[in-house]
Amino acid sequence: MNDNYKPDREFGFHTRAIHAGARPEPGTGARAIPIYQTSSYVFEDPESAAAYFNLQEYGNTYSRIMNPTVAALEERLSNLEGGIGAVAFASGLAAQAAALFTMLAPGDHVVASAALYGGTVTQLKHLSRKLSVALSFVDPDSPDNWRKAIRDDTKALFGETIGNPGGNVLDIEAVAAVARDADIPLIVDNTFATPYLCRPMAWGADIVVHSVTKFIGGHGTSIGGAVVDSGAFDWSNGKFPIVADPSPAYHGLAFHETFGGYGYLMKLRAETLRDLGAAMSPMNAFLFMQGLETLPLRMERHAANAFKVAKWLDGRDDVVRVRHPALAASQYRGLVAKYLPKGAGAVFCFDLAGGRQAGQDFIRGVRLFSHLANVGDAKSLIIHPASTTHRQLGDDELAAAGIGPGTIRLSVGIEDVNDLIWDLEQGLQRIKELKS
Amino acid sequence: MTGAADYQDPDTIQRLLHNACTIAIVGLSPNHLRASNFVGFYAARHGYRVIPVNPREEEVLGEKSYPSLSAVPEPIDIVDVFRAPGAVPAIAEEAVAIGAGALWLQFGVISLDGAKIARRGGLDVVMDRCFKIEHARYIGRMHVLGFNTDVVSARREAF
Repeated sequence: MNDNYKPDREFGFHTRAIHAGARPEPGTGARAIPIYQTSSYVFEDPESAAAYFNLQEYGNTYSRIMNPTVAALEERLSNLEGGIGAVAFASGLAAQAAALFTMLAPGDHVVASAALYGGTVTQLKHLSRKLSVALSFVDPDSPDNWRKAIRDDTKALFGETIGNPGGNVLDIEAVAAVARDADIPLIVDNTFATPYLCRPMAWGADIVVHSVTKFIGGHGTSIGGAVVDSGAFDWSNGKFPIVADPSPAYHGLAFHETFGGYGYLMKLRAETLRDLGAAMSPMNAFLFMQGLETLPLRMERHAANAFKVAKWLDGRDDVVRVRHPALAASQYRGLVAKYLPKGAGAVFCFDLAGGRQAGQDFIRGVRLFSHLANVGDAKSLIIHPASTTHRQLGDDELAAAGIGPGTIRLSVGIEDVNDLIWDLEQGLQRIKELKS
Repeated sequence: MTGAADYQDPDTIQRLLHNACTIAIVGLSPNHLRASNFVGFYAARHGYRVIPVNPREEEVLGEKSYPSLSAVPEPIDIVDVFRAPGAVPAIAEEAVAIGAGALWLQFGVISLDGAKIARRGGLDVVMDRCFKIEHARYIGRMHVLGFNTDVVSARREAF
């Protein structure tokens, strides 16, 4: 018998980040994952083609629905998150829209954290209008807020491991218990933590979504997203006919009954990805696979650098507050100890004493931090929301979004931390020079 | 805990997948949308001899269907069960009586009593696992759809 695959050992995270999903390609022995740059796949014979299209056999048909390079990324990411599988998408926003599209029907209701990434809030509001889905946003910090917002027609809870700009850390276990009591899934966006720092499904989350553009890719080269499923949610509990009932798109196939725990992912791929078409390209999947190989090493440095920078900023009189969840004064410190013991990520905000003008002067003053609208690059990144992403808002509206006129967001990279601190110090110096 | 985890040993599963030739599927449905039909179709496609056991059918997937395990006139390596858990102890006793090699209970077919009967009778037992998925994980191509096989190996497979 072939004993190559005996899972006789629980391999560690670093080993799986390098090997999971990428067995050597049998035809050539290629050790790196090949980039299968092909739109389509030749069928062995008509019977095989029919079996693939009927979902009776696992096989490749068309790269809008599946591709071997993309599948390797999907398997590796789901392995690292502790899921049963994943479906990759062209972007993080495409991934979370598809995750919801697969489980919701018009008239349903979703409860989401009010501290979500702005792009997600905008998307949810847009989906809500177009698909007639009701939305409630709650302060995510108390599990009771989630419980109180649940109605009879609520079909999902949606939160983030680490929020921004407030640095809110989700009490995943408590919110998952609320979801379980209501027989609905908890969806967690784990982009800021990555599976190296936190695995939400180990705490009861049912579905994890990612913008893999960020730390997973890690080098700011490509846009992508993914949905990972724990396989544990019971879609046949009566609340989700759209997942459990026979599908008209597959001659009456009942995905959850036929595929059990794999039913949601099959539906997400064979219906939602097939029909909405936001597929990840194989080239991008290759780059994300490369990113995952060094994810543990990078996240250790990212998190360590970010915490050192936060502590340094915290002691200065030209900085009014630093919202890093691992700082001693943070209300989230207990949750960090529980959910993020290896580090609370690398994205956080702080507020300059000098307001909007100081923010712009500071941006002009830094040299190593790149001024752009992204996070999770190996390079350190900086943005002043009041003059860029949120510039249309007045001070009152900014405050409602948790952003002050002098708020600066950093995504701390993996450079020498002393150089980063030097750069921030000379940026702060620049504010004073421009003022005098 | 259901105790099903005691009957999910990866080594046993792989040994059965590699060594079995004949699989009797108890509760094999002729409806091509049912899970049992998916599994039977897949197993036949991958070279196993599939014997339907379903008293309500004459023939399923082109094979003669038998009313019970005892009625099958040839040796059976794996008895794969798609029936309610309550029906399992009697099926397990029959599987022991005919000298089957293993009792395999599909997703949700959880019967500790049935499993004990089969194990005491010398059969290998797998519970709350899908034959198709386990085959696809270790031998087939589950990975092409982005599922986590949990397989970690740098060895090159035979082409």
